[in-house]
Formats: sequence, C-alpha cells, structure tokens
Amino acid sequence: MGILSKKDAALILDPLADNNPITIQVLGICSALAITAELEASIVMAVSVLFVMGMGNVVISLMRNIIPSKIRIIVQLVVVATLVIVVDQVLKAFAYELSKTLSVFVGLIITNCIIMGRFEAFALANGPKRSFLDGIGNAAGYGFILVVIGFFRELLGSGTLLGIKVLGDPIEKTGLYAIGYENNGFMLLSPMALIVVGLIIWVQRSRNPALIEEN
Amino acid sequence: MLEHIELFFKSIFIDNMVFATFLGMCSYLAVSKKVTTAVGLGAAVIFVLAVTVPMNWLLDQYLLRDGALAWLGPEYADYNLSFLSFILFIATIATMVQLVEIVVEKFSPSLYNSLGIFLPLIAVNCAILGGSLFMQSRDIQTLGLAFNYGLSSGIGWFLAILAIAAIREKIRYSNVPAPLRGLGITFIITGLMAIGFMSFGGMLTGGDEAAPQEEVVAIAPTQEVSGLTADAAQQDLTQNENETVQEDSPATDNQINE
Repeated sequence: MGILSKKDAALILDPLADNNPITIQVLGICSALAITAELEASIVMAVSVLFVMGMGNVVISLMRNIIPSKIRIIVQLVVVATLVIVVDQVLKAFAYELSKTLSVFVGLIITNCIIMGRFEAFALANGPKRSFLDGIGNAAGYGFILVVIGFFRELLGSGTLLGIKVLGDPIEKTGLYAIGYENNGFMLLSPMALIVVGLIIWVQRSRNPALIEEN
Repeated sequence: MLEHIELFFKSIFIDNMVFATFLGMCSYLAVSKKVTTAVGLGAAVIFVLAVTVPMNWLLDQYLLRDGALAWLGPEYADYNLSFLSFILFIATIATMVQLVEIVVEKFSPSLYNSLGIFLPLIAVNCAILGGSLFMQSRDIQTLGLAFNYGLSSGIGWFLAILAIAAIREKIRYSNVPAPLRGLGITFIITGLMAIGFMSFGGMLTGGDEAAPQEEVVAIAPTQEVSGLTADAAQQDLTQNENETVQEDSPATDNQINE
C-alpha cells in the first residue's frame, strides 16, 4: 500500500469488514442471493459488479459538476445501464452457458442498490481517484460475501467447488461419501441463501459487538 | 381466461418476487420496520409494476426483439436490438415513475400523500426492472397477460412486505440473541418464510412440470418416430434405472434380513 495514503487505503479496506455493503449497509441483496448456488457464478457476478462499480464511480465523479441534481437519477441509471450492457455482451460472447445461468441477474446489476448508493453517497462529492478506490472497495466487500455464500452452498449442497468433486464421488461412494456423508440438497434451494447470510451476519456481529442493533 | 387465472396465482404464490427470486430485497429489508409504511411502499410497487410491465412489453414487441421492426417494412426485418433492452427498460421505468408521480399529485393529492416519498425510490427497486426482464425472458404472449403479470407480481411483493413488517413489529418483544437483532433475524425469518412459500410449488397441476409427463403418456406409442427425443428419454431412463438399482439394493437386503 505504498502508493496509497492511509485515508485512501481505508476506502478499500473498510467495506471488506466493518462497513460491508451487504451485511452492514444492507445494499445489493437481491443479486447476492439468487445466483450463489454455485461458486463460479458468484465469482463472475462479483467481477462484473467490480467492473461496473469501478468504472461507473469514475464516470459519475468526472461528471459530478455538470449533472443537474434534478435529473441525476436518470443520468446515473444511463451510465450504469451502458456499463452493464458491455458486461452482458462480453459474457454472452465468451461464457454463454454462464450467462444463461445468471439470466436476468446481470441486467439487475443496474438496479443493484450498492451502485446507486455509492454514486449518491460518494462519487457525487469526491474526485475520480478516490471514487475509483471507493467503488473497488465496496464491490470487493460485496464480492467477498458473495464468494463466501457461494463456497458454502456449493460445497455443502453438491459436494463440489467450481465443478470439481472435492469430497469424493457421491455415486461411487468414494472419499467422504464412503463413511456415509450425504449432500445437503437443501443448500441448493434459494431460501438457504437467506439463512446463510443471516448466519454470516451473526458471526460478524458477535466478533464486533459495536455493530449490534438496538432491537 | 384459464391462463390468466393460472398466471395470476403463479406470480403471486409460486414465483413470488421476494421469496422465489429475491427481487426488491433492499427496500423489502429497509422499509419493513412498520406495517403502515410497508403498505405504502407495497401499494406503490403494485401500481408501478402494473404500468411499466405492459409498457415494456410493447417496447419489446415492436422495437427490441429479433425481427420486431418488421412493421416498418421488409428491409428492417433483420434488425435485432435486444441488446438495448436494459437501457430502454430502465429509461421507461424512470420516466414512468416521474410521470406517475406528477399525474397522481395533480389528480389525487391524498393518494400522493400516502405514497409520498416512496414513488421516486421505486425507480431503483430491483423488483420493477426484474418484472420487465422476467416478462421478456419468459416470453409473455399478449398485452393482457403482461398487465396481469405486472399486477400479480406486485401483489405478491405487497403480501411479502406486509407479512415481514407484521412479524418484525411482533418480534420486537422477543428475546433474540444480541448479534442477530435487526438485520440478521430478518434474513433468517425471510428464509423460513421462503421455505414455506415453496410448498405452493405443486399448487397448479397444469403447470410446467406436470404437463409434459401427461403428453408423454398420451403419445407413447408413436415415440419411435421422433428419434432425438426417444434417445434422450432412453438415456434418462437408463440413468434412472442405475440410480434406482443402487437405491434398491440396500432396501432389498433389509427385506431379506427381516
């Protein structure tokens, strides 16, 4: 972190832990839950959001002095939508199967509240460099939670990671399955994503009691 | 008529926006602390969804989808503008929300006061854009069905936020573990509610899963004609057999033991 001042480094590091967009700021939940049944989809989603947020924050920050405040929401939506179209087209060209799995959720990055929230709260008031760092930091905090959820759901749900069978073969009964381990198919169903996020929040807040809410 | 009724109940209960696809979770979590505000936001979502989904359906049919421009003349028939759908849908939604706000303020100040601050927020609610994108990807056939889809998805979202707001008002009196208070317990309750809503899955017998099976039974004698599907079906059968054999073997052992 030699190039970055302490204040700039905090922009990246804070959202990873104590100011996490998903578990503390409650932003961007929708996509976090729907696509995390597999680790690969979670990683792709995290990278897409990282790209859109970093670029979008810079663009909005450069335009912050010429956007009339009355129509800023529409301007922001157009900027995000353009970036998301780029991501969507790239995914369709180079990872078609994956873009089928993600289906409408790539498009829903547009209305991902993290992006609009950071535009409003940060990019409209700060210069491009700091906005870029803020965007990257928040997207990384978002992606981190996504990858954790995806990891547990794929590992416990289908016994694989990135499609590789890490726990042995469930049909031929090798590895862990030889001693009677079974996959928990429940983890693949969408409600479990909510419960896993709830548990992550529980762990995080018991480690840092300052984050506990009033009621 | 039947497909309208089916779509209506399917969108409310089976494909509920919150519990099945997690759309609009941000405002669902943020605005569900009190029942009265939850009702306001829910009503606004129903309203905006019922307006924007048919609007975007028209855009999709006559502007965006492959060959949609054919009505301009044969030389336009090859155009496929569907890559523009995100930007056009979100622009429609943002302008419609603005327009709806102005019209409601003019003609019904009391409704405007009750919806109030929620209307502008809705432009960035994932449920609204999600409604339009699902409308596109599920190939909704007619304008009437699109309206029905928007309205019933909105009602489903309304029910969900009403339910969680009521639960959160009551749970204030419960002794929740300190780190789970607020956000954590809300997530877990929503998860449990979503598991409950999964039980609606078998409600419509004429749904996607049940229909093909009936057809297969009816067409069974002529199955040899369509080679591809027959092969696929055989593969499925053999796979099933393998699995059933493996599952059966311990069972039969048990029976022998008994």
